[in-house]
This record gives sequence, C-alpha cells and structure tokens, in this order.
Amino acid sequence: MDDRLVIIGASYAGLQLAAAARDGGYAGPIVLLGDEAHAPYQRPPLSKGFLLNGGTAQPLKGPDYFAQADIEFRPGTRAVAIDRAQRELMLADGTVLAYGRLGLTTGARCRTLACEGAQLDGIHYLRTLDDAARLAAAATGVRRVVVVGGGFIGLEVAASLRTLGKDVSVIEAGERLLGRVAHPIVSRYLHDLHEAKGVAIHTRAQVVRVAGKDGRVAAVHLDDGRELACDLVVVGIGVVPNDELARSCGLLVDGGIVVDRYARTSDAHIVAAGDCARYPNPWARTPTVRLESVQSANDLARTAAATVCGRPAPYRAVPWFWSDQFSCKLQMAGLSQGWETVEVVGDPADHQFSIRYFLQGQLTGVDSVNQPGVHMQARKQLQQAVLATQ
Amino acid sequence: MKLIFILKDGSRAEVEAKAGATAMETAIRNNIRGIDGECGGCCSCATCHVYVEPVRALLLPPPDEVERELLEGVAAERRPTSRLSCQIVLSEELDGLILQVPAAQS
Repeated sequence: MDDRLVIIGASYAGLQLAAAARDGGYAGPIVLLGDEAHAPYQRPPLSKGFLLNGGTAQPLKGPDYFAQADIEFRPGTRAVAIDRAQRELMLADGTVLAYGRLGLTTGARCRTLACEGAQLDGIHYLRTLDDAARLAAAATGVRRVVVVGGGFIGLEVAASLRTLGKDVSVIEAGERLLGRVAHPIVSRYLHDLHEAKGVAIHTRAQVVRVAGKDGRVAAVHLDDGRELACDLVVVGIGVVPNDELARSCGLLVDGGIVVDRYARTSDAHIVAAGDCARYPNPWARTPTVRLESVQSANDLARTAAATVCGRPAPYRAVPWFWSDQFSCKLQMAGLSQGWETVEVVGDPADHQFSIRYFLQGQLTGVDSVNQPGVHMQARKQLQQAVLATQ
Repeated sequence: MKLIFILKDGSRAEVEAKAGATAMETAIRNNIRGIDGECGGCCSCATCHVYVEPVRALLLPPPDEVERELLEGVAAERRPTSRLSCQIVLSEELDGLILQVPAAQS
C-alpha cells in the first residue's frame, strides 16, 4: 500500500502526526495504532487535577474527530516487528499491515525500581490513564506515601497527594530536586515550598529495599539505614524511550530513535517524533536531544507531517514546559542545560522570580516562577533569536 | 445551550455546549479548527485564544492576573475582546455566545 501512512503510537506525537498530515493534504489512508484501549487523552493532568478532583480523562479530540478527518484509529493494537524491506509491520495478533510511510511515535516507558521488594503491591508508576486511575483509587485509603524521585512527576504527585492530606516523603538520589533540568535556586525554591506544605524531602538518599507485609508495601529502607513506614509508594525515576522496535529493524538508535531536523529516521520512508525521538534542536548545546514534553512531541510531529506531505521544513519551535506544584506555576522556555552564567530577576522570597540562562553570552533559556508574562516574553525572544539566524 | 464559533474562513459553527464546561473543552470536543489548547486547559500556553463578541464580553468575569499575563503572549493580534477560552466557563446566560477564532495560535 504505497500511500498508506501508518503511525505506531497514539498519544500526543502520533495523534499530531496523523492530524497534521491530513490537514497538510496527505491524500492516502492514515492508520493510527495505539496499544492502549483509550482514545488519545491529556497526560499532564494525570499527576495534578486528575488526582485532586476525582479524575476523568480529557480526550485530545472530540468523539467525531477520526471519522471527520478520515483517520483509522486502532486502539489496543501493538506492533511487534517492522520489515523495512517489505514495508510491512507485524502486529501482536499475527496480522501484517503494509505501509507506504511509517511514523514511529512510541513514546517512553517508566524506569522501574530494581531493588528488593520492587514487586510488592502498593508500588505505583504513573504514565498512563490506567496508572492514574489505579493510583487515585489506591490513594484514597492510605495515609503515608513515599514518592521515589524528585523530578517533575515525583514532585507533582507529592504536591497532589499532600493537598489531599496524606503524609508525603520524597526521596531524591541526587543533590537536589530537579537536578537534571533546573538551576539550584529553582531547586531550593521548590524544596522550601514543599517543606512549607509539610512534604518531607530527602535528598542524597536512595531506596535500597522496599519491605512488605502480606505482599503489600510497609516501609522503604534508605541507603543511610533509615526506614520510612508507608502504605503506598509512587515511583517517578524517569523514563526509557521505546526504541526497541526501531533498533530491531536496523534504524539508527542512540537513547531514542535518531532523526534529522526534518524528523526523518535513517530510513527514507520512516519518520519519528515524541518522547521516543532524538533530534537536533536549535536551542540545545548538544547535537541532538530527546525532550520529554507535550510541546516537543507536538512540534516535532508537525515537522514529521510536513516531511510526509512532501513539504519538509526544519524543526524550529522554541521548547517550552510547565509544572504546577501547589500554588507554584513553574514555566520553562528554551533549554538551560550546559548554562555558563545566569541572571536572577526578582526574589524567590516574593514567590515570583525568574532565572535567565546564558551560554557564550547568548540567552538559551528562562525559568520563571509565577510570572506567566515573563515566560511568554521569553518564548517570543528565544523564538525570534533562532528564526533570525536561519 | 449553544456556542457559536466564527472560523478563520469566516464561516460559523454552531455547537451544543454544556453549562460548566469551558469554551476550550467545547471547541476541542467539536473539532473546531484553530483552537489548540496545548496545555490542556491549565492556563499555561495561550493557544486557546479567542475573541469574544464585544456585546457580551463584559458578561464574563474579568481575566485574573495569570490569564492577563498569558494574553500578552498570544500569537495573533491581541484585542480588548481577547480571552483564553480555557478560562471561559459556560453558563446558561451565555447561551448563543459568539467566539471568533484568531488567525493563528502559534
């Protein structure tokens, strides 16, 4: 089927690729495969409003969307192999699906605990709607929660469960919260905010064992010998890109499916986007990045769609991200990794401030707390700076 | 109740709406083109921008500080009638409200 566009993975990137291809005039059949049972849904609320307000999922599109756009959506469908020579996929049910163009938007999966006790009941990960529903249900009956991981997922879940009245402790292996993505001043601000709300934060601490009773979690044991009794554990220690399918069929893979600035993989008929994709980003100091955000998924998917429609245009969308924790709206524009100098504007004690990151004298990113105007201004400035050079 | 969108090509789309839903949710549900809502409605992205019909714009509660700051960053022309549709909560008294989709959201 020479003109069939098949897309493996039906969350933000997959849906956007399908939608933007159709909007861009792609005339052939478009088939969107998702391994979940649900139609594509909002993910950011799963750690926030969903837990706080007795969750219902928000679909990304209206119920008539696929019919109107003439996109065939197949939920509960998993691809297990790609034959690039034949341009065919094998699905889990044994059937074969031919493609003319292929989109890989397989996302990422949660990194799991590897210590003793990791299989006990009461240990939760958070990636999908089903995960969130299980967590919300389990959380109603418990009092003491340990959150493993001081990244965005861990901190948002901690804030939500603390707001619901739980005793919450966060265990972070690194020196500080958000160590990979934010300046120490931002880490300190969030640390103080969480502690002021009654969340116990333990940095430079690792979980070495989860102890159980009758098959359920009862306590976590830390590397310094301390033991924290708990009724529920939520693990947010990062994700691993789902690039195995790509690797198995011989595509270039390196901590994600490697693509160029047109979202093309090492195969001319295959594009990739979303959490599974590693791509050149004008705001990064490294040749490629793999970003885990709604914005990156949507914008790289739009780039992939333009490529598939025969009108390639290089990726040039400024990265942006946000995290809501308690009353704090942290927003990030650009990319700050590798910063050399920073400028702090405002005072964290006022609960409104921003950090401007510079590399070789150039502004590369801005983090702002409770200042949406600063964030929007930064996005514009960072976007224009790159457009001006290309 | 009904909500009316004026699309980018000038045509009108009249949709059924539920009191208590936001205008953005209603737009997404009804596949209204040109309203993106990338942050899913949590007032973080400014891509659900609409122009509210001037006559009824004042019936809405005014934007709070977060919405006002985000409105400064909308991609299309900012007008006095500009609002983020994720912050417009529908009620029966807004039946027939007309919202215009701007030229771009990003």
